Amino acid sequence: MKALEQRSRTTISIQLNGRPRSGGCDNRTSLADFLRHELGATGTHVGCEHGVCGACTVRVDGVAVRACMMLAAQAEGSRIDTVEGLARVEAGAPPAVIGSAAPSAKAPTLGDLQQAFKRHHALQCGFCTAGILMSCSDFLERRPDPSETEVREMLSGHLCRCTGYTNIVMAVLDVASSRRANAPAEHEGNHA
Amino acid sequence: MKPGLYDYYRCDTVDEVLELLDQHGDDARILAGGQSLMAALNMRLAQPKVVVDISRIAPLAYARIINDALVIGASATQASVEWRPTLGDEVPLLKRAFPYISHFQIRNRGTVCGSIAHADPSAELPVVLLALGGRVGLRSRQGRRELSADDFAQGMLMTARRPDELVEDVSYPVHRAGTGYAFAEMAQRHGDFAIAALAACVDADGIRLAVGGVSDRPRLLSIERLSGSALDDALNDFAWSLEAQDDQHASAQYRRHLVRRLGRRVIEEASA
Repeated sequence: MKALEQRSRTTISIQLNGRPRSGGCDNRTSLADFLRHELGATGTHVGCEHGVCGACTVRVDGVAVRACMMLAAQAEGSRIDTVEGLARVEAGAPPAVIGSAAPSAKAPTLGDLQQAFKRHHALQCGFCTAGILMSCSDFLERRPDPSETEVREMLSGHLCRCTGYTNIVMAVLDVASSRRANAPAEHEGNHA
Repeated sequence: MKPGLYDYYRCDTVDEVLELLDQHGDDARILAGGQSLMAALNMRLAQPKVVVDISRIAPLAYARIINDALVIGASATQASVEWRPTLGDEVPLLKRAFPYISHFQIRNRGTVCGSIAHADPSAELPVVLLALGGRVGLRSRQGRRELSADDFAQGMLMTARRPDELVEDVSYPVHRAGTGYAFAEMAQRHGDFAIAALAACVDADGIRLAVGGVSDRPRLLSIERLSGSALDDALNDFAWSLEAQDDQHASAQYRRHLVRRLGRRVIEEASA
């Protein structure tokens, strides 16, 4: 059992986007605040802090959850994936650095989800986008061939005040279909 | 919008949990998925002195068939049950209700037992538990006891759980041949709290209709097989017996209307 008395500080270690990271926190620090304030990973946004808006969604051991509805102390030893890791993870390219040299055609810096969001104009102000991307990234791994209804049901856990959601739905369905189009070769390989 | 001060314990065993509950009683709150408690802590609606985290107790993160019931342990997430490949055959009503429960991201971390223990009158899982005649397992240092869903729920956010007890598991009876099931809900937006949530089980012997969101706790109508105006009369009497209240989401009159109309719809669907 781990006991943390009030006002005590502790050190939490996690795997952030595949890299070991540690930082100090109080026993009442949320995972969202820990990521932003202690680790400087400000890609994860904080909106409502009571689980309604979805802006702070991250993947904890692969599963999309609200980082505001979880204590940093609960995440000890977990694998945490945030929007900062999407480019490298999903495109097989080095981590994207915003504002760096223009990406070349050979080495896209954004993951396929991010590219689809850009292509479909699935974001405007972008505040909700990081959380939506993390939900989509978990959802599409578990449900590679979703219906539009299933996508909308998954997106119901996010508030977006710019897009009206339609373009987000189109982007997600586009990624699902292009991932499936790229998948058959692997299936044939598996059965050969 | 940050929690107040508390002592935090991340337990590795059930014995540690029971010891802390025995020691602190009402001053302690169990943190499982945290999808209700963390919001209440952040808004300081809950200010416990002690938070007992059971989310990492692996032996409690199970869902398995035991004696004709799907028994779900205290730290099993809703998603772990929802994505169970055999759920549609085992507990069809639960399968139908899951999409209505909040959102994908909340079900990923929220627990089944946590929803039952929290006893929000609008929550879907207690409605399904009542409709199926399920049971709640409670454990303290004094031992274990089981209560029916109806005996466990006492009112808004109130249950028969003693301050020294942990909701150790809940049991959802598995599908019996010849029984039909249906679930329906009205909410302002998908995933919002239910204005009315209805679950029906119909077999040759009769009808069980459970309603959430209308009264201070889930309520059950258990009647023989009826149809036509006799069914309408029974639903009307039931709707008035629930003592629905006006609130910012809906009027009492509208809630009674939903009980009558959605009630009829789920009963007919479950009878088909």
